[in-house]
Amino acid sequence: MRQPFDFALALGDDALVAAQRLGEWTSRAPEMEEDVALANIALDQLGAARLLLTYAGELEGAGRDEDALAYLRDDREFRNCLLVELPNGDFAVTMAKLLLLSAYQLPLYAALAGCADERLAAIGAKARKESAYHRDHAALWVRRLGDGTAESHRRMQAAVDHVWPYAHELFAPWPGAPVDPATLRDDFDAYVGPVLAEATLTRPADGWAPAGGRDGVHTEHLSYLLAEMQVLHRAHPGAQW
Amino acid sequence: MAAVVDPEIRVITIDELGILRAVDQDPATGRVTVTITPTYTGCPAMDVIRADIRRALAAAGHSDADVRTVYSPAWSTDWISAAGRAKLAAAGIAPPPAVTPGGAAGAGTVVPLTLAVRCPLCGSAETEQVSRFGSTACKALWRCRACREPFDHLKAL
Repeated sequence: MRQPFDFALALGDDALVAAQRLGEWTSRAPEMEEDVALANIALDQLGAARLLLTYAGELEGAGRDEDALAYLRDDREFRNCLLVELPNGDFAVTMAKLLLLSAYQLPLYAALAGCADERLAAIGAKARKESAYHRDHAALWVRRLGDGTAESHRRMQAAVDHVWPYAHELFAPWPGAPVDPATLRDDFDAYVGPVLAEATLTRPADGWAPAGGRDGVHTEHLSYLLAEMQVLHRAHPGAQW
Repeated sequence: MAAVVDPEIRVITIDELGILRAVDQDPATGRVTVTITPTYTGCPAMDVIRADIRRALAAAGHSDADVRTVYSPAWSTDWISAAGRAKLAAAGIAPPPAVTPGGAAGAGTVVPLTLAVRCPLCGSAETEQVSRFGSTACKALWRCRACREPFDHLKAL
């Protein structure tokens, strides 16, 4: 079950669902520069998703291309982590999600860049440079809001508390994978810890650790996201736009 | 081939931007293979670039050309030629630093802070970043404190 296909699919689904969520901010961000920034980050995630899903389709060898994988699977067949499918919430929640996601994706892609699989290595080498910008951007906002007004601090702390449990799933051991995510946890903690401290935020205690995304067991939010993302392709199969 | 311009920054060719990696011709069949690489993985201009390459080759009599996309080695702003940098500056887009210290974000830990980006309009170094993300994936939005004009900066990658 845990074949190279599943690994490429899981990473591709993380990026695809993250792209879709970030894209929801387009025209709704707090300021125009942020609108552009979130759309750019969504575009980077979509770019990585396309490469990973295309590769997953080739590994599977059943003739599914990136579109077939993105548009013609139901929620139980998606392998993304729960973190990326959570609703955007307020801007603080979105930035907390992006901080955790990018602090995971950056060391993941960096490690992939040195792995034995040439295709994954090329994707990792490309995507990690983009992830560095995402992580920097999220950290900037987390610091600014955490160490800002009483109200921004309250909302940033609430956001971090809300999404923190979902970080654990990212580092669930995956023996035999090109990169075992469990090996990335130290890098994640070494980055996120100081950012939270500088932001005068309290690192939430580790407790409840919801999981299931890698096995296709998702929150209720994913099917609604997919309904919106897939409706056009399902209504008009093969449509190009 | 070298005359194909980037569809989103129309002052610079794909060769000068460093996304044209190779042009090969099969000595037996005469078939041309063009190898390109994207600046950013999600660059939406890639389809247009492929079409423009095919059109240019078809005009030169190579209607069966093959356009391949490679991702390794990954593009960085170090691939932009000196002529390309000069053209960007002339078009009001501040080019990235000539050589990126420490291989840009290659180490995966630090995003380089570009110090003293010069205003491409008045030349002043009194500039500030408005947003790290700009009108295309590869650009950031800056502003000049001397002449007050906003400008694009092709960010170091």
